[in-house]
Amino acid sequence: MTVIGWLQIILFCAIIVALTKPLGWYMTRVFGGERTFLSPVLRPIEAGVYWISGVDEKREQHWLTYTVAMLLFHVGGFLIIYGVMRLQAVLPFNPAGQGAVAEDLSFNTAVSFITNTNWQNYGGESTLSYLVQMLGLTPQNFLSAATGIALAMALIRGFSRASMRTVGNFWVDVTRCTLYVLLPICVVYTLFLVWQGMPQTLGPYIEATTLEGARQTIAVGPVASQVAIKMLGTNGGGFFNANAAHPFENPTALSNFVQMLSIFALGAAMTNVFGRMVGNQRQGWAILSVMGVLFVAGVAITYWAEANGTSMLHALGLTGGNMEGKEVRFGIVASSLFAVVTTAASCGAVNAMHDSFTALGGMIPLINIELGEIIVGGVGAGMYGMLLFVILAIFVAGLMVGRTPEYVGKKIEAREVKMAMLAILVLPLMILGWTAVGVVYPAAVASTANAGPHGFTEVLYAFTSATGNNGSAFAGLTGNTFFYNLTLASAMFVGRFFMIVPAMAIAGSLAEKKSIPPSTGTFPTTGGLFVGLVVGVILIMGGLTFFPALALGPIVEHLAMNAGNLF
Amino acid sequence: MLREIRPAIVLLLVLTAITGLAYPLAMTAIAGALFPAQAQGSLIEKDGKVIGSALIGQEFRDDKYFHGRPSATVAPDPNDSTKTVPAPYNAANSGGSNLGPTSKALADRLREDVDKLKAENPNAAVPVDLVTTSASGLDPDISPEAAQFQVPRVAKARNMPEDQVKQIVTANTEGPLLGLIGEPRVNVLALNRSLDRAAAR
Repeated sequence: MTVIGWLQIILFCAIIVALTKPLGWYMTRVFGGERTFLSPVLRPIEAGVYWISGVDEKREQHWLTYTVAMLLFHVGGFLIIYGVMRLQAVLPFNPAGQGAVAEDLSFNTAVSFITNTNWQNYGGESTLSYLVQMLGLTPQNFLSAATGIALAMALIRGFSRASMRTVGNFWVDVTRCTLYVLLPICVVYTLFLVWQGMPQTLGPYIEATTLEGARQTIAVGPVASQVAIKMLGTNGGGFFNANAAHPFENPTALSNFVQMLSIFALGAAMTNVFGRMVGNQRQGWAILSVMGVLFVAGVAITYWAEANGTSMLHALGLTGGNMEGKEVRFGIVASSLFAVVTTAASCGAVNAMHDSFTALGGMIPLINIELGEIIVGGVGAGMYGMLLFVILAIFVAGLMVGRTPEYVGKKIEAREVKMAMLAILVLPLMILGWTAVGVVYPAAVASTANAGPHGFTEVLYAFTSATGNNGSAFAGLTGNTFFYNLTLASAMFVGRFFMIVPAMAIAGSLAEKKSIPPSTGTFPTTGGLFVGLVVGVILIMGGLTFFPALALGPIVEHLAMNAGNLF
Repeated sequence: MLREIRPAIVLLLVLTAITGLAYPLAMTAIAGALFPAQAQGSLIEKDGKVIGSALIGQEFRDDKYFHGRPSATVAPDPNDSTKTVPAPYNAANSGGSNLGPTSKALADRLREDVDKLKAENPNAAVPVDLVTTSASGLDPDISPEAAQFQVPRVAKARNMPEDQVKQIVTANTEGPLLGLIGEPRVNVLALNRSLDRAAAR
């Protein structure tokens, strides 16, 4: 570890904190339906979109209607992706002549993109046409991100409203988020990325004759426009197989730094939106502090482990850290930081191969996802996930003092706690359940690339990433098989929607409650005690649930590595 | 609930058209006008022919060129399409080795490569990036140490003084942005082209 390395990490954190307030202010205005500086341009488009779609923007929805609207919206999104992938051979914008994508891979990819997972069983440049990338994947990058933020807004409204039956209008929330937040940032961001060296062309792959006279086919495409939303919307699905490690998908150290910032920017800002809407920004800062504590701890461990290297490298006298699966322009620090950022959020883009990380360095991304991706988290999804843990923490605090727990003026009662538990239990069910199947079913076992405990970790990581809607991988695992295409799709689907429905039920039940003013007996939720309590609940929940699995994978591998065992 | 069906279809189609067609096509036009070289892939031409991209690594085996990092990219096996064969720096199929810290295959590969490099230059420590594969398999860069390590071999193969080769390496070394963001690195293709130009003079 170096001083310069730590300075990069500190600079990153400082910029995220600095962006939280202005972005939170802007997003609060957008979702409150207020005028913004972009309204003169965008308001006519927005009104036109509502008119043609038959949306009455004044009419709000009950939580159940809001949820059904969201689900219907995703059925259509699924069909579009599945359709263009199956038909890509006969559709335009296909200069590389890619053939139709197989049924199971199309199914997996369609589920993957509507759930904001972006798991890559496909290899972008070797499987997909430009049209699929543009018309199939890019819109769902926008819309699954907008959906996450819309759902978080509905839950926040549950806290901030009193005695109301509605939680907002899903169509309005998604449209505003797309038009006022995501698109404008992406337009500027795309141009920045192209300036840094990212291609943005519809032309065919380049045929080059190298300096030594060999032939090299260089895949290009409309990369930058997709990468911008892939990062900002914490989607993470790469244009290329190697994702953000590919020099065209992440050309410079600066593009890498900005990509990391854009993964966290909106998720961090949501904490400020929450604070503003419940009437006290310090409530938002307290939640961001919980995230910050867990984040910095994760970065420190991964950076230390990767900089330290492996016994294998030490034995050969190689110093300078674990560079297998990492790019020179990013080095140890930017690769470690990226890995923690992308899994703390539900992004899943990678600029280094997690499969080749050290055992402990690769364990932190795994833990980040298993804790529920609430360390900033996916745009919106991180916020509603974190609020579920806050509800549990408040409940635990209430038990300790024997008083009905309350949070930002709302009594937390049996229904909320039950729903929060229901949502959180989805993680172990899908992750541990499917991993157990994956390590005994012969066709699944054949997919692992590494033997020994590392192979187990590959399977565990795959189902963790799918359930958490992350999308990063221990990519040695051959995921494009019938078994993995279907089981991972089911993990992604359940991990997304079985978490959303209980969260929305909480939103509905909170919105109907009266708001009670704080009294002397109210547990203060803006101080260090609250932050410590929430961190504790998150770690205990995650620790108790996943420690046995981690012990079989990365922990035993670390011990084996130090003992000089190879597999 | 029934009245949510129309927006579910129409709004989806409208937003898909905006974000999936209008946005990427407009960005392609604007980016192509503002940054034409980058938008096309930062291609390098020599005598009117494309010899590669400034951002994409290519394979160098000749002693007179600096070598890049090992690459783990593969291509479909021409004899059996269900299998793959090694194809270093295949820029149409990026990817890493995905070998983990207790992999025997990785340990064997590293030992073999380290032995080869030690034989080539016994006087310097083997730089770690010169024996590890990159994440993309297309890493265009090596560390300054990895470039310096190869100076004796390149100088000998070209009959050039080592000092002159060293100078060319130094001239092609880039530092971190503002001394803070990123790592020091040498673009191998740019370095080798400088070398060719120096030799031609």
